[in-house]
This record gives sequence, structure tokens and C-alpha cells, in this order.
Amino acid sequence: MTTRRRGLTVLVGVLAAAASVSGQVREWTTYSGDMLGQRHSPLTQITADNVKNLELQWVFQARSLEKFEATPLVVDGIMYTVQPPNDVVAMDAATGRVFWVYPYIPSPLARLCCGRVNRGLAIHENTLYMATIDGRLIAIDAKTGGLVWNIAVGGARPDTGYSLTVAPLVVKDKVIIGTAGGEYGVRGFLAAFDAKSGREVWRFHTIAGPGEPGAETWAGDSWKTGGGSIWVTGTYDADLNLTYWGVGNPGPDWNGDGRLGDNLYSDSVVALDADTGALKWHFQFTPHDVYDYDAVQIPVLADIQWQGKPRKAMLFGNRNGFFYVLDRTNGQFLLGKTFTKVTWTSGLDAKGRPQNMVPLTEDGVLIYPGVQGGTNWYSPAFSPRTNLFYLPMWGDTYSTFTKRPVEYKEGQRFTGALPAMPIRLLTPGPSINRRRPEEGWGGIQAIDPNTGEKKWEYKMADVVDAGVLSTASDLLFTGGREGYALVLDAKTGALLWKANVGGSVSNGPMTYMLGGRQYVAFAAGSSLFVYALRQ
Amino acid sequence: MVKRAILTAIGIVWAAAAHAQGHGYTPADIENGGLLYQGNCTACHGPDGDGVPSINLGSGKFRRGTTDDEIVKIIIGGIPGTAMPPSSFSEGQAGTIIAYLRSLASSPTTGMLKGDAARGQALFTGKGQCQNCHSVAGVGARGGPSLSEVGGSRRAIELQRAIVEPSADIRSDHRPARVVTRDGATITGRLLNQDTFTVQLLENSGRLRLLDKSTIKEFAILKESPMPSYKDKLNAQEIADLVTYLTTLKGRR
Repeated sequence: MTTRRRGLTVLVGVLAAAASVSGQVREWTTYSGDMLGQRHSPLTQITADNVKNLELQWVFQARSLEKFEATPLVVDGIMYTVQPPNDVVAMDAATGRVFWVYPYIPSPLARLCCGRVNRGLAIHENTLYMATIDGRLIAIDAKTGGLVWNIAVGGARPDTGYSLTVAPLVVKDKVIIGTAGGEYGVRGFLAAFDAKSGREVWRFHTIAGPGEPGAETWAGDSWKTGGGSIWVTGTYDADLNLTYWGVGNPGPDWNGDGRLGDNLYSDSVVALDADTGALKWHFQFTPHDVYDYDAVQIPVLADIQWQGKPRKAMLFGNRNGFFYVLDRTNGQFLLGKTFTKVTWTSGLDAKGRPQNMVPLTEDGVLIYPGVQGGTNWYSPAFSPRTNLFYLPMWGDTYSTFTKRPVEYKEGQRFTGALPAMPIRLLTPGPSINRRRPEEGWGGIQAIDPNTGEKKWEYKMADVVDAGVLSTASDLLFTGGREGYALVLDAKTGALLWKANVGGSVSNGPMTYMLGGRQYVAFAAGSSLFVYALRQ
Repeated sequence: MVKRAILTAIGIVWAAAAHAQGHGYTPADIENGGLLYQGNCTACHGPDGDGVPSINLGSGKFRRGTTDDEIVKIIIGGIPGTAMPPSSFSEGQAGTIIAYLRSLASSPTTGMLKGDAARGQALFTGKGQCQNCHSVAGVGARGGPSLSEVGGSRRAIELQRAIVEPSADIRSDHRPARVVTRDGATITGRLLNQDTFTVQLLENSGRLRLLDKSTIKEFAILKESPMPSYKDKLNAQEIADLVTYLTTLKGRR
């Protein structure tokens, strides 16, 4: 495949996602596999009938025992991924044999709330882009593994808590990233860099400051430490030239007394002009959040029939327990419905604003869903064939939230009291689950965007930290914390195949076609497992 | 692994004994330590050990310790309250890093001419035709190694040698290889990896390629660098300018 053709594929990924597969090669060129965030592949070699013949082809073992959250890219027959925290690896995608490793040692000053992780790379022509946990954006030659440039992202000082874990998004000739660090009192931002030079082209502050619309939603100087992390990759609508990103929680997480107001644009989805970074619209899911229900999900773009008419929709399965449908041209709220038990609000009004939000107290208050949310950063999928939205979700999870005083100190955690919950944080290694079902479980739900109704649900005993991949043969590829890689029937949710990969499936599975064979890659534990049909 | 542990264990004992006799480490200690140092330490300390202000690890003197034992503890434990992090090196590995650092102090850097980076850059892009094979910051070709951050890992004296005698010390990362396939095609490129069943190359055409050994008639890792010697192409001052330019390439902005 030529450079020119690949450039085209990236640019018109929107179209490519819907195109049929005529050749023997099918690549995976962005975090979600397309610019729409659907994580849906047109590949059909693996079907419900032959899925029983899936066979392990090769394994990549990361040197790190950190959670393996990267979705690999496959371009020109080469798989590129990131070994946590920030080593880039190039492998032969058919055999897994390694061509080169670009090792990067992040500054020891880097601090992260939730793991020294990375969610993957972006590619533009022959250059790979990686954002690092110590606040740098690195461009690497995709052929040689040699450095092109390594820039400090302005203002993202790692010693003050800024970090980058997101897979960048390339839109035209720009590389877009966003900062994490919402647990350290940073002021988050999205920024676009020229793909050739690394020069910053635009910046959008996810926390509105003086002179910016939304500044009035922050009391006093609280915007300075307002958080608003970007944890996962945004999406892009080429027709509207808008790029969409989910924004994380306000800081401090679990005490809102010092930041009275709605705290824009925390817990929101923002729609930005891809050329200038100008805000076109926003929708805030959880105003003045005190539960850490950040909107760290993929804003999935889908053209659906809404009440009998075609509509450019955005589907958003939110950490706060609601599934939302928005009009992505203007941010209009169309639908919001719970997909898990929710007690933090009595419900949404006609504009989607939550009513009667439960305040935190010094004695502690038990709230559903728990602090990890009804879902989290793991990618959902949308199939234009079934017209269903597939959401990895947690059921019956709750936490006791307790209000405690919190003071900002540069570089220190700025959160308040960590809520208690029966489900332990994910750690590498074997998983143990001795909980009762009412203490939390996991599942994959198929949701009808027209009604918000659950079409089916596949339940797991333990929770899920994995994304979902949909294919045009109406299969779903996913997994769970208990260590199974799974294939489900996209129409019914029936389990078609499983393999014990021995560690929590920790990324969004992806698929590619090479040499006439369809491969599927799951990261689990600290390794990447690649399957194809037995020959 | 066991073998390496034994070797490093021997290294420790030997190094400790040698310490009393004036740090007479083995060449293997120094080489191993150099690889570890360049892979893990140069981002802060620089290739010559003087990357952190007021610290010069290449001087043969250390501010916080004198004996190898003292410095091994610092390499492994870090220095709390500073940017020096703890590491996962074994004592044997840390010992080889010290061997390497002590070797820097005794390696000849005298006699090197002072160069000018701007003139060196002009030579790099002009008369030297370096970009025909090498790239810096994405500009240039892929035949030879990318030099975008070569100044962050290679010492001036090493760069000078690589320019004058390119085949004298080809790093294993940059070994040229030639493959002749059973159907008669000859493929040349840089050896990236190999195993019992496959060979992986960056072809001179710029393509990453995995070859099944069952399809290969001949496979050779070449000892001659495809890079020409610049001994007679550039004068001593020009070489010094080029070296000075290369040492400025740290990759980070």
C-alpha cells in the first residue's frame, strides 16, 4: 500500500469504515479503527459458523506489568503498539515477530492517578505519534523506529501532575491530544500540533477561564485547578469538520464546595472546529460533579433513523449510568436513559439536565453507580448493520462517598476522600472474585439508540474493563476482568466462543486482514493475544 | 540468564578486587556498562556524563561516593528528593555502569579539534551529502540510522570514529545484511531482528520485511558498512564541525 493511499485512508476513514472489503488487506489506522469511533470493522471472514475454529496465532509479551490499554494500529502489514508506559513496538502483523522497539524512559517526575499506561498511537503518512506520561508528544519514523521529533507539550509539566495517556487523533495534517491529570488539580486542555513540524496550532482549555464562555460556572479561582482530563481519543465528522472529545471530572473529585457552579466543561462532550479548536457546542452530562463521573468515553458518531428521519447522532454511554443520544450538528439532547442502577439523581429533565442530585455528606452517602461508574474509558461499538450500540457496563455497583476537606498543593493529589467500594481496583495478575452478585458484576449491553432500551445483555460474574469490537459478520469481540476473551452474537448476545487468556482483557479488541486471513487482537494482563481461523 | 548472572557475579567480585588495584575492569564490563548507561542514563546525564549541571560522571570523580559500593547503592536506590530515580538494576549491572563511567575518564578526548555546529550542519546537508542516507527531524533518507537524537547517546569521540572509520565499530542496531532468496532475488538492508525461522530487515527501499528462512538461499550479516569513510572527503576541521553539529542533536524540544 502506498503512502498516498494510506494518507487517503486516514483522511476519509469516515467513508472507509462503511466501505465493503474488496481486497485482501484491511488495516486499522486509528485508535477506534475509524474516525467515527464505531469500532466496527467491515471484515467478515470470521463468522458465527466458523468462530469455533479460532486459534491463537501469536502472543506479544510486554516487558511491563502495567495494564496493557493500547489498541494497536496495523498499517502496511506492520502492527504498531505501545508497551507501557511509552515504548513503541513494530511487529510483523502476521507473525508477531518484532522489527524494532523505540524505547522511551519517561521522566521519574511523572505522576499518574491510575496507572503508567498508554492507549496507543496515531499515524500520518510514515510517522507515528505517541503522547507520553511525562507530558511530551513524540513523532517516530514508522519504518526505522528513529526519532523524528520529541516536544514538550507547553504547560503540561509532569511534576505538577499533567500526563498524557491518550492515543492521539490525526485530523488532516494535525495531531490532536489532550492532557490527563484531573486528580492533581491541573487545568486540562486539548491541543493540535502540525504533523510535520510539531508546532502547536491550536489549544482548547477544557476548563473555562476568565474571558472564556463558561467562566461564570467556576467560583473564584477554582478554575485554575479545575481538572477536566482527556483520557480517551475523540472522534471526527468530516462533513461538519467537527472533532468531539469527552472531558473528565472537575477537581477536586469528591468535594465541590470550593468550586460552586456547573464547572464547565468538566463531564461534558465538546465539539470543536478541527482547524481552529473553536468551541461549536458542548453538552454537560453531570453538572457540578462530586462523584467522579467523568465523560471519559468515546463519543460514537452514527447516522441513525431517529423517529423515522435520518439524523446525525452521537451515542454516548456515560460513566454516570445514562446512555445519551445527541444531535451531533448542534448538541441537542435527544434521549437519556439509565443502563444500570442510578441513585445520584432522580432523573433528567427535557434538556438532559439531571435533577435532584444527591449531595455528599461528612458521614458518607451510598450512591449507585459506584466511583468507577456504570461504564468507564473502555470503548463501546456501534454496528450500522444491527443499528445497535454495544456498551461494556458495570451492574449494581455502588460506593460510599464521603465529603472531606481538601487543599491544593502543586503536584499532590487533589481529590478528597476516595470513595469505598466492594470492587477492587484493577491490578495486574490473577483475578479473584468473591463478591455476591449484588456487590457488582459486569456485562455487555446492546442498546437501541431510538429508544434507549436494552435489546439484550451478556452478563459476567466479574466486571469488565474491555472495549467491544463489532464486525460486519455480526460478531462482537470483547472480554472481561475474569480473563476470558469472548465472541458474542451481535444480534442476540449469545456466547459463541471463549478463551481463557489469564488476565483482564484491558484494551479494545481490534481486527485486520492480511494475506487473506482475518486476525483479531486482544490485550489481556500484560500481553497481546492474536487469533485467526485455523488453516 | 543463569549464565549472565554468574558472569555478572564474577564481574562484581572481579571489579571489587580490581577496585583496590585502580579500577582495572574487563573490556566486557565496560562494554556492558556502556550499553546500560546509554539505554537508561543518557536522557538526563548525557553521553559524556555531564548532562546534569554541576555533575560530571565522566570525570572519574563522583560527588556522593568514592567506592564502587557507594555508587552502586545510589544507582539502585536513587537519591530521594532529586530527579535521580531508583532503578531495577542488579548490583552486578550497576557495577558495570561504574566501570563504563570510570572508563570515560581515561579515554582519550584530547587532540580533538574544536568544531562549529553551524558549519557542521551546512556540511551535513551540503558537501557531506549525509541526508542521502540519514535523517534528522524527519528530513533525509532511511538507508542509515536516524540521527535526530544521536547527540543524546553518542560521545563526540565515537561520532568522529564513525565518520572516519565507519566499519570499525558498527553497532548491532545498524548492521547491514544481504539475503538471496531461493528464487534468486537479492535483498539488502539493515538487520532488525532474526530468529531460527525468520529474518527481519529494513530494506534499502524503506520497506519493513519479514523473510521466512525456508525461502532463503543465502543470508549474511555484512562487516563492511555501506557508509563511506570521510577521512579523505573532509578535512580535520570539517570533521570536527560535523561532530560538533551531531552532538547538538538531542531530539528533545
